[in-house]
Order: sequence, then structure tokens, then C-alpha cells
Amino acid sequence: MAEVLLSIEGIHKRFGGLHALNDVGLTINKGEIYGLIGPNGAGKTTLFNVLTGLYQPDEGRFSFNGRNLFRQKPYVVVESGIARTFQNIRLFANMTARENVMVGQHVRTHAGVFGAVFRGPRTRKEEAAIHARADELLRYVGIERHADEVARNLSYGDQRRLEIARALGTNPKLLALDEPAAGMNPKETAALKTLMEKIRADGVTILLIEHDVKLMMGLCDRIAVLDYGKKIAEGNPEAVKNDPRVIEAYLGVAPE
Amino acid sequence: MHFAFLKTPRQRQIALFIFAAVLLVLPWGLGATFSSANSWIRVIDFALLYIMLALGLNIVVGFAGLLDLGYIAFYAVGAYMYAIFNSPQLQAVMPTWLQHPPFLIMIVICGLAACVFGILLGTPTLKLRGDYLAIVTLGFGEIIRIFMNNLDRPINITNGPQGIDNVAPVHFFNYTFAKPIDFLGLRFEPVYLYYYLILAFCCLIIFVTSRLQYSRIGRAWVAIREDEIAANAMGINTRNVKLLAFAMGASFGGVSGALFASFQGFVSPESFVLMESIMVLCMVVLGGMGNIAGVILGAILVSVVPEILRDVINPLQQGLFGRKIIDPENLRMLLFGLAMIIIMLVRPEGLWPSRRRRAELHPSATISEQENAGLQDAERTHG
Repeated sequence: MAEVLLSIEGIHKRFGGLHALNDVGLTINKGEIYGLIGPNGAGKTTLFNVLTGLYQPDEGRFSFNGRNLFRQKPYVVVESGIARTFQNIRLFANMTARENVMVGQHVRTHAGVFGAVFRGPRTRKEEAAIHARADELLRYVGIERHADEVARNLSYGDQRRLEIARALGTNPKLLALDEPAAGMNPKETAALKTLMEKIRADGVTILLIEHDVKLMMGLCDRIAVLDYGKKIAEGNPEAVKNDPRVIEAYLGVAPE
Repeated sequence: MHFAFLKTPRQRQIALFIFAAVLLVLPWGLGATFSSANSWIRVIDFALLYIMLALGLNIVVGFAGLLDLGYIAFYAVGAYMYAIFNSPQLQAVMPTWLQHPPFLIMIVICGLAACVFGILLGTPTLKLRGDYLAIVTLGFGEIIRIFMNNLDRPINITNGPQGIDNVAPVHFFNYTFAKPIDFLGLRFEPVYLYYYLILAFCCLIIFVTSRLQYSRIGRAWVAIREDEIAANAMGINTRNVKLLAFAMGASFGGVSGALFASFQGFVSPESFVLMESIMVLCMVVLGGMGNIAGVILGAILVSVVPEILRDVINPLQQGLFGRKIIDPENLRMLLFGLAMIIIMLVRPEGLWPSRRRRAELHPSATISEQENAGLQDAERTHG
């Protein structure tokens, strides 16, 4: 039996009259790639925002790595090991690629105002480590040649990679990727798939939202399907693909 | 701005050394050049105070991107704090050991008091951005000024619109800045003494700001400016980091306020009107938001140029028209407004911008090419 990393139960989130998440529960095991799919507006991104602390759920239970994260602040969530990327890229556009990844390490470093002003041996060492780690991560995702480039000047695919590098900078146990392949061509998507497999092989669990079904089927260990804020199916890709409720949600019911 | 001659660290060191030497002999140089030297040194003392203010505001506006229109309130808090402890105003009610505390302790107290007010302003405005934040901070600045104006009743703390006078000049150990000090055969007039004192604090603030800029905290501020939601999602405690920006900026304002009070010997609410806040903001924007050198340049230009104008305009008008047509004070605002409009049209990033601001406001040709290329790619794949 695989070790559970993240588990949520009975999560509800309402926006006024809209019941965006209705009794959603799922568990993610250590070391797997867990996919989340569903038609547009099914609540995937809402669930994502709940899992990363940007939204506070109305009810439910949320534990991660043995820690209760229900209604916790985003920085607590990141600190306990969940990092994310955004569906519509949200880099620090006017900072360089390296600075972006350095900001990612904020939560794992400690220098405060006094450290910054006096710049003692400890701060200098930490700063050098942040710098080295940033370069290492840029190399890891394959954009080290753009380290000194301002983020907004990077190509679309490289910006996606930089977002992943920045998230990895927080040293996560779970990396949550919101449609990382959106707008990518097949070649870039294939490279992204390789990168995700590499990240998983290095011991980071991945939660993935994606529309590219082919990518999901080839990559994910388990997939959950959301529709109208409810989880309608969960299981290995093959089972999910053949689930009649999933087919119904995506294609509608065949007329009798 | 690019200085080709400042390429190597050695050249930079030499340039810095020469610059420091110039600053050290500046009052003597002015003393030898002008007959009204003391008034010019006064102008420079004020320019230095404005540099400190502008650098403090630069942390809030330039680094963290929080538009603060009431910044002068912290200057007021520092100045009044200094004045209350160092003048006869509350002498009757204050225990003697509290009166005239040592200067450096007083500076720390003023900085801390302003810092507390910074947090007081920051806490309720954490969720506000841009225009909304500007309105609240503007209100805050006015509230502080109105408080200073009215706190002469029921207990007379600030002496209302008359202000507090007889603020004791700085006293260090056995020296007081009230009368000239003879040292090494040189005669240091009070304005000279204040020049060196304010210069020292100014250098300290420049040092602190530049250290903060390239630190974990500085990066967090810029990240919040760039994208607060993403900063949040990267594990930055945006509440604390924003409060820290307010507190740091405010404490710089408080320290320069204290120096102002001791230098001027008199504080009144009139020195802390909205126009002053706007002036300081103009220094930051005109010089180049987020760039320390730019902000210093902006502060010098905005505070010194009007004084030069005052000296130039009157003789010029006399010579050209034989009489005074425009009051230099009015002309000053006219030219100032004109300069701001021109800057915003031609160089919205300021005279000496940071690399970041320049990139933001002048995307290079390569990016637009890339964007076009990206569009064509997208069309190809979807077509």
C-alpha cells in the first residue's frame, strides 16, 4: 500500500449561489502523478486554489504529509511542501529568470532585514546558496542560457519551464501544475512530459490539470474526473477513459 | 544612463572616492564661491533631507509598488517626536530624565515612532492596491497633519497651528550645534555641522537601502510589486513583507523628520502638507522609481533647481523687462508641472531608471518580434 501524501475529504466551496466544489474528496500517494480532468468550469482550478491555500474551503478536511492544512494561509501551505504553477503564466515579468527562481526559495531561507543590512557570513553563505540553487534549477528545466534574461522576454514554452523551476525552488513534496501544456506544440509537449517524468523520478509527487488527454493517459498513474464541482470518477487512466459517466460528462448522453 | 568610464571595479572605486572628497569639501567650496554661502548650504542640507525622504518612499513605492500619498506624515511624526522631547513645550509636565535625551537615542525613538505609525497605516490597507491605497494613504497623511494642528486642546501637546519652537539644536557629548565649533583650525558654522550630520545619516540610509535592494527581503518586495498572487503562491508572507516595507519606509521618514526638527529649530503643521508628500513622490518618479541613484538625482533636482531658479529668475526679469513680471514662486510650480508632463511623455521610467523599469516601459524590439513570431506559430498550428 502506497503512502498517502495528501488527502482531502468532503471539501465544499461556494461562490455566492455557485457550488463550485461539492463534497470533493481524494487522496494522492507519494511518488505518483495524479491527473485531474473535467470539462470547462468543472471546478478543477477552484480545487487547485483550495489545495494551494489561495481559496479557503467552506467545509471539509485537508491534510498533507500528516499536517492539517484546512483553511491555512498560502505561505503555510507552501512551507509544508505544496508548490504550484498557474494556468495563465504568472511570472514576475520584469525580474530575470534567475531572480524568479531565487524568489521561489524565499520560504526555505531566513535572512531578514538585519541579515540583509549587515550581510554577515551566514547571510552571505545563504545568498550564495540561493544563487547556486537557482542556477541549478534553471539547468534542471533546461533554460540556463536565459538566466539573466528578464522573464517577459522568454519564449512561451520557456516561461512555462521557468514557472516550474520557480515552483521547484520552494523545495516541494507535491508539485501542482495547472495546464502546463496549454498552448504548446507537440514537440514542446513531449519535452514537458520528459521533464515531468524526471521530476517524479527525483521524488516529487505531481498533481496535474490538463486538457491534453493523450498526454494525461500516457503520464498519469491515477486520474480523477470532476464535473459540476463533483468527483464523478477516479482510477487508472484506462478505467477512467471507459467510465460511462465520464463519457457522458464530456460528450453528453446518446439519444435512446 | 551608461558610464563607459565606470566599467571596472577599480575605476568605480576611484570615482566614488572623488565623489566622497567633493562632498566633504562642498560647504567650504560654496563658502569660497558665494557671498550668501550659508543659505546655499542650507539648501543643500534640505536636499539631503529630501534624499532621505525619497529613499524611504522609494522602498514603499519603488520596491514594493504600494502607492503612498501620505508619506510626509512619517516625517511629521519624527519631527514632532523630536520637538516634544527637546523643547520647553512639555517641560512643565515631563519628568526631567525624559527631557533632552541623548541625540542618537532620540533618533532611534523617532525612527521607531514613525515605524509604529507605518504599521498603523499598513495594517488596515493590506488588501488595497493602486488608486485605492493612494486615497487611503492620502487621507492618513491629512489626518496626521490635522491632529498636529488640533492637539493643543484639551491638553496642549503640539501647540496647534503655532507649532513648537525653541527646539534645542543637536548636542553630542559636550558639543552643541548651536554655535560654531573650532576644530583643526577650521571654523564649523552650525549649517556646516548640520551638513555633515545629515550627510552621515543620508549615507547610512543609502547604504541600508542598497543592501536591502539585493537581498531576500528586497526580492520579496519586488515580487509583490510584480504579481501579488504569484508572490503569495510562492510562499511569501505578503502581509508581513508589505508591513515591513511600510515600516522601513516610515522609519526613514521619521529619522529625517527628527533631523529636520533639530536643524530648523521649529516645527509646525504647515511643513507637512499634502504638497510635500507629492513633492517627495515626484522626486521618486522623476528620478526613476526603484533605482537608488535615480531617486537621489530626482531629490536633488526637485529640491535644488527651484532655489537656483529663484536666484536666476529675478535678475533675468529685471534685465529683460526692467521689472518683475512673475513671482518666482509661481513660476516654480509652472516649470515644475511642465517638467513632470514632459518626463511622463518622453521618459515615463524616469531620468535614471532601474533596468527593470526600463524593460517594463520600453519593451525591446526583439520582444515584439518574438511576440509576432509567436502569433504566426499559433496561426500555423491552428490553421
